[in-house]
Amino acid sequence: MATKAACPEMPAAQPIPRLAIPELDKCIQCGFCLQHCPTYRILGVETESPRGRIHLVEAAAQGRIPIDARFEEHMYVCLGCRACETACPSGVKFGTIIEAARAEIGPTGSPLARRLTLLALRHLMPFPGRLRLAAALLRFYQRSGLRSAAHALHLVPRRLAEMETLLPPIPKHFFVPAQEVFPAIGQRRARVGLLSGCVMSVMFADLNEATIRVLRRNGCEVVVPQAQTCCGALNLHSGEREQARAMARRNIDTFLAAGVDAIVINAAGCGSASKEYDVLFRDDPIYGAKAAQFSQRCRDVSEFLAELGLVGRLGEVRARVTYQDPCHLAHGQGIRRQPRELLRRIPGVDLVEMGGSDRCCGSAGIYNLTQPEYSRIILDEKVAAIQATGADLVVAPNPGCMLQIAGGVRARGMRVHVHHLIDLLDRAYTAADTA
Amino acid sequence: MQLADLRHRIDDLSALVHALQDVAGPDRVFTHPADLIAYEYDGCNFMAAIPDLVVSPISTDEVVGIVKVAGRHHVPLIARGSGTGLSGGAITPIGGIIVSLAKMKRILHVDLDSRTAVVEPGVINLDVTNAVQAGGYFYAPDPSSQSACSIGGNVANNSGGVHTLAFGVTTNHVLGLEMVLADGSIAQIGGRGADAPGLDLVGLVVGSEGTLGIVTKVMIRLMRRREGVLTMLGIFATIEEASQAVADIIASGIGPTSLEMIDQLTVEAVEPAVHAGLPLDAGAVLLIEVEGVREVLAPSAGTIEALCRRNGAREVRTARSEEERHLYWAARKGAFGAMGRLAPNYYLHDAVVPRSQLPAIMHQVMEIARRNGIRVANVFHAGDGNLHPLIPYDAEAPGEIARVMKASEEILAACVAVGGSISGEHGIGFEKNNYMPWIFGDADLEAQRRLKRSCDPDELMNPFKVFPTPVSCGELMVRRPPRLGASGLWI
Repeated sequence: MATKAACPEMPAAQPIPRLAIPELDKCIQCGFCLQHCPTYRILGVETESPRGRIHLVEAAAQGRIPIDARFEEHMYVCLGCRACETACPSGVKFGTIIEAARAEIGPTGSPLARRLTLLALRHLMPFPGRLRLAAALLRFYQRSGLRSAAHALHLVPRRLAEMETLLPPIPKHFFVPAQEVFPAIGQRRARVGLLSGCVMSVMFADLNEATIRVLRRNGCEVVVPQAQTCCGALNLHSGEREQARAMARRNIDTFLAAGVDAIVINAAGCGSASKEYDVLFRDDPIYGAKAAQFSQRCRDVSEFLAELGLVGRLGEVRARVTYQDPCHLAHGQGIRRQPRELLRRIPGVDLVEMGGSDRCCGSAGIYNLTQPEYSRIILDEKVAAIQATGADLVVAPNPGCMLQIAGGVRARGMRVHVHHLIDLLDRAYTAADTA
Repeated sequence: MQLADLRHRIDDLSALVHALQDVAGPDRVFTHPADLIAYEYDGCNFMAAIPDLVVSPISTDEVVGIVKVAGRHHVPLIARGSGTGLSGGAITPIGGIIVSLAKMKRILHVDLDSRTAVVEPGVINLDVTNAVQAGGYFYAPDPSSQSACSIGGNVANNSGGVHTLAFGVTTNHVLGLEMVLADGSIAQIGGRGADAPGLDLVGLVVGSEGTLGIVTKVMIRLMRRREGVLTMLGIFATIEEASQAVADIIASGIGPTSLEMIDQLTVEAVEPAVHAGLPLDAGAVLLIEVEGVREVLAPSAGTIEALCRRNGAREVRTARSEEERHLYWAARKGAFGAMGRLAPNYYLHDAVVPRSQLPAIMHQVMEIARRNGIRVANVFHAGDGNLHPLIPYDAEAPGEIARVMKASEEILAACVAVGGSISGEHGIGFEKNNYMPWIFGDADLEAQRRLKRSCDPDELMNPFKVFPTPVSCGELMVRRPPRLGASGLWI
């Protein structure tokens, strides 16, 4: 039998009081989250579970463990999908905890990857003009033959080449609205602002335009303030909180000045981040109240339309559809019913539920770039679930999910299209016009 | 004596690590502080102890290798499933190696004709039912944590569940086991039949809390769903009235499969999580389930409703859909997990009383709570007389831990005084081992100890559990980091 105290040696670390956030207190370690966590299901270790990660953050806050490479790994293997929040009986806000932890670490990856991420987060995302320019350069690289040449000459490092395969073709045109205000069609029922987003504006310009059309048809005067910027979600998820706050302030000021009834968002990730500006500024004496006001007005486009009630005639869209719950819609905002209700309103749509529709697809912001191995495993499961439904169309109302799932079904050679809910509604309205 | 003085010393940690890596490979032997600290707890929210190492085997052979290495180095082994246990059974009070069985989660064989399945210990309880329910089968023991807890953990603690009233506890559903003994040999215990020849070693191992060896396979019994099920809610003004209704329903001979009590404070915690429509203003809610051929359900429901009303129920509801039924159960099963909404810490008890004593003991529990200035939420298996007083508290508040511990002892003592016991289904672990002398005499405990030593002569298998120890769990009370005032907060 032992005789002497011999705790495993723990390295020296300083307590971090600002990390001792109240959200930590709510976790009572019941473990109900474990089986809902995609990374725990793959890896089966406590450190890759929500409960374990919360415990590690708490230990770091107490100064019991240092913020080192291992800690960073556990915080960044997390997808940030927040399925654990749905599972948690005690209502622990895991998203707030993981964001706080990442704010202590900064972006993850090799020194080069870190620098590139920081460059993008600080100097690209907040500036729509620069983002469009970067996207245009990328488009030129993709289409001019430069890409093929670079690959043929083996100029692209292997890892970068792998990442490139995840990148979809950059579309021909970007979202640059000619006007700020689009009048309602018919009787005006609401004045709404549209958060046009960063990725949405360069990768899904058509979708932003469709969103405006559908809103206008439903009696909304749509304001697209030019002064707005990216919501900052990617910055928050990568530990760049100060930059995220700066962007949030700009959006808060811009949209509150626009005098809109609601701020409508068509990307789940942006919606979730925008609805949590109140938490981001909860200790800010100046922006605290304004942020709360902003967050209260934010609505996902499906939530908003379901609340408002669709008007106008919907034509037929013949498709066997399955619906992917984006994590930041289902778990982040608790929205599951509304998109399905709207889909069922479209004549010809046959909605077939897939197994585990609210399980992450592995996109998770830039997770497919930072953790490609786990992302691939998770995506494979998702694609199999889609295949089992026999659907020819997946509705996934979030840009990250759309890109990821489209890549997944393409890689398997499946003839399945991936769309946003708004695409279908827009098509249904157009179909009614032409009928 | 202090626990730190009793901590097991590892003479040559690096040799031990290398030997374990030879067995399980470098990726499944964990040595980094961040990895170890994540195994300092289990579902028992108030104590913690950091292990020396964590290893995560994926086969019986690896478990054998680990046991042999640990024996050579004379280091304790603590088997751990999902870490949802409520008595500190999977923590390492004196250090040692955590053997995480979470990756051994294959369902190896299902035989619906003979209604058996063979599973690895890390398989999640609910996953068994999910795998066989299409054919109308299920695995009966259903702890509230069934979506998270493992079959191995259920075997260790002889877990019950919300249908124990009708179907019994884990030991009634385990037919056979494969277990690695302390010397590294593999024992096959029990078998296909209900009564295997020889000594009933399955009965010995189920509930032994990992103190005899490490279970690596479990042959379980599957059951067939009955034709119909009715789930009802009786809504009462007081917990005493509801308790009397329980006694009357049992006495009527109807034989419900489940009789669960949920009191007002519990509803307050869980309703915001589940939205099951439980009334926030009722003193107690009884969740009652009856199963059987369809023809008997309606008359049974009628009798139950009458008995509830006779005891003052203001309302009796019957779930109208499968969805509503699931919501009722989600509220019951999510109850203890929702305690974080009431306070940062909670202490969950697991005492048992003869059912006839239920109304009297509930009165005493509330009186003890009042006297000690604490709150108690009651959510429990009323039909079994298995109480689960939940004490939400804040470890940071001055004197709170002392008050909670005092009240807890008084509650346990009151249950023992009326002929009850200190544990119904959560196990003894490191939480109640020092209360064992309350219900066992010296000779009783010595008999158990001799049996344990015959399997594990060096006492390396989950030491400091079940049997009384020179120190108790109070030594391991967790302290949370100091919280900042609302004004000083930022994230």
